[in-house]
Amino acid sequence: MAQMNMIQALNAAMDITMTRDPSVVVLGEDVGYFGGVFRVTDGLQRKYGVHRVLDTPIAEGGIIAASIGMAVNGLRPIAEIQFADYIYPGYDQIVSELARLRYRSAGAFSAPVTIRTPCGGGIRGGQTHSQSPEALFAHVCGIKVVMPSNPYDAKGLLIAAIEDDDPVLFLEPKRLYNGPFDGDPNKPAVPWSTHAKGEVPDGHYTVPLGKAEIVRSGSAVTIIAYGTMVHVAEAAARGLGLDAEIIDVRSIVPLDVETLCNSVAKTGRCVIAHEATRFSGFGAELTATIQERCFWQLEAPIQRVCGYDTPYPHAFEWQYFPGPHRVQKALTTVMEAR
Amino acid sequence: MPRASRLHVPRPPSRPGEAPDFGYVRLSPAGAISRPDVAAAASDIESLSVDLIRVLDDQHRAQGPWNPRLDVAELQVGLRHMLLTRLYDERMLKTQRQGKISFYMKSTGEEAVAVAGTMALRPTDMLFPSYRQQGAYLVRGSQLVDLMCQLLSNTRDMCKGRQLPVMYHSVPGRVFSISGNLATQFPQAVGWAMAAAIKGTDDLASSWIGEGSSAEADFHHALLFASVYRAPVILNVVNNQWAISTFQGYAGGEQRSFAARGPGYGVPGLRVDGNDFLAVYAATAWAAERARRGAGGTLVELVTYRAAAHSTSDDPSRYRPKDDAERWPLGDPIERLKGHLIALGEWSEERHAALTAELDALVVAAWKEAASYGTLTDGPRLNADLMFDDVFKELPEHLREQREEMRREQA
Repeated sequence: MAQMNMIQALNAAMDITMTRDPSVVVLGEDVGYFGGVFRVTDGLQRKYGVHRVLDTPIAEGGIIAASIGMAVNGLRPIAEIQFADYIYPGYDQIVSELARLRYRSAGAFSAPVTIRTPCGGGIRGGQTHSQSPEALFAHVCGIKVVMPSNPYDAKGLLIAAIEDDDPVLFLEPKRLYNGPFDGDPNKPAVPWSTHAKGEVPDGHYTVPLGKAEIVRSGSAVTIIAYGTMVHVAEAAARGLGLDAEIIDVRSIVPLDVETLCNSVAKTGRCVIAHEATRFSGFGAELTATIQERCFWQLEAPIQRVCGYDTPYPHAFEWQYFPGPHRVQKALTTVMEAR
Repeated sequence: MPRASRLHVPRPPSRPGEAPDFGYVRLSPAGAISRPDVAAAASDIESLSVDLIRVLDDQHRAQGPWNPRLDVAELQVGLRHMLLTRLYDERMLKTQRQGKISFYMKSTGEEAVAVAGTMALRPTDMLFPSYRQQGAYLVRGSQLVDLMCQLLSNTRDMCKGRQLPVMYHSVPGRVFSISGNLATQFPQAVGWAMAAAIKGTDDLASSWIGEGSSAEADFHHALLFASVYRAPVILNVVNNQWAISTFQGYAGGEQRSFAARGPGYGVPGLRVDGNDFLAVYAATAWAAERARRGAGGTLVELVTYRAAAHSTSDDPSRYRPKDDAERWPLGDPIERLKGHLIALGEWSEERHAALTAELDALVVAAWKEAASYGTLTDGPRLNADLMFDDVFKELPEHLREQREEMRREQA
């Protein structure tokens, strides 16, 4: 075991898969010599050479399309999109090509591409460095969507994603790169070494795609979250002294419906929290699924805590961010019902 | 996997610890390139996309047919704008380091690109800059204090707190809202120019992107639409050699010049010394006259060097030699125009020092005023209600509800 932050854990996942499988290659803007603007690919080019860790032109559509072509020709590319906010020039290649290749060719062709991209706010990035676009991809059929909330899961999920034969969009909450964050920007930053999930095995292991994790068991209410909001939810429940069951979704597609619904059936109350905007956000899918399956066990209407339906505003980051106080308000609402 | 990859991987000429080497930059002597008629066919003037249009020689004299023959007063205005741009950049970098603003991007070494490229146009022409043409705002009359308030996201911020620093706009100055996404403005400028042609006005649009951004598909959309509709547009590629850590070879600069992409689309390409105020001015004026004559758009590659970091989040010492900028063969645009004015007998070191002091005092005074409207650390703050305005023209019900929720939350 080693202490790692999320950057080191992700780096280790790529390092291990590149050692085990010579078909794994890394490509993206500034990922090679420089090691990535967040240093996630640091050292990989030195170790594996310029033919397996490729700097690319600034062309996200080109990066995704070239990754598809490489994958069809037997490589296993890990493409980095520098910020999730910059993924849209590649959207057509993801939606119309990458996600549907297996289906449209009846399995004759497929492209095991992993797209890594930093997402989420809390770093004063304004509207072009803060977005959480998971719902735009969860709505597309044929691509898996993953978002870890800690170094242990980050490494295990990334190895699983790279080894998976389907394409995977791997979203990395950038506010969590260097430490857990409970939503209070006025507290001093905390490193991952203070957190149990900062303990990461040295070697190969996977965290399976499609499995949520019960982060904290409880009986009063279920909080469903992923990414940064897992930590915000924990702080919110702790602040209220509430016996909440907190579930980290981890895998948005495929979704571990069983774990979510078993919990809500047990507690009868549910709050869903994500950083992304509310309207048609992934919380709507979660709400509908749980309502369909747990309607008769619900004691109160499901509550959603999300980013407001505006672009991410630079000056109002902390009014915008769905912090612990907003989660607590939703918790109080579901607890007071009936 | 084969044992030996045959893939070509570009490599910059030098990395940290190595000697700078700009042997790859093809130069032409000042004054050596002929200036064709503005209505010339792209196929007849392809050499202009390979050679380098230069006016100022090493003795600071203006040479050859591209000399725009500007009067002294105009040269002095250009020097003033470039110097103000540089001093503004220096001061704003310091305020970022002090934690007063969250982010900044300098244009050091590239001042001639925006300043000459804007001065050579009419005030009614529309500009679609990237995030490194702050000089264009100064030429178009933006007030320092207004630009600074944007950087501060304060109570006088033109963007009402919604944008990262440097994402300015100016309605009276006819400068479009800057996007943080790369190259998107390039084809938009073509659309603006198409509308000008449809409306039968004499206006043109000019846009700037970096050579790194020219890799985006938007670059090709811009060239194609400009070619198809012969839109009155000037498409500038600022080849400052570096896109964060990625050198220009990764944007395709190893094989052909960026200007050479124009003739492939039937659009003339001009390769220009971007640190030569007179050459930038003359090339822009040529392209503007061509556009207004109905002969269509021009692709202009401005060969320059990003002397500063990409942004305050970047550290270039990790990927390029420390003394790279000093060894750049095209020198410094301010020093070169200053040298020219001195050679003409119309400037002196003393006057330059006095102007520097005068402009720096303007920047300092403007900062004092801007900071009084609020900074990141103190002073008045914008009302967070503004977050919900302008998503749509009218506030829809769901945003009204969310605004109420936010107000209760803040209370």
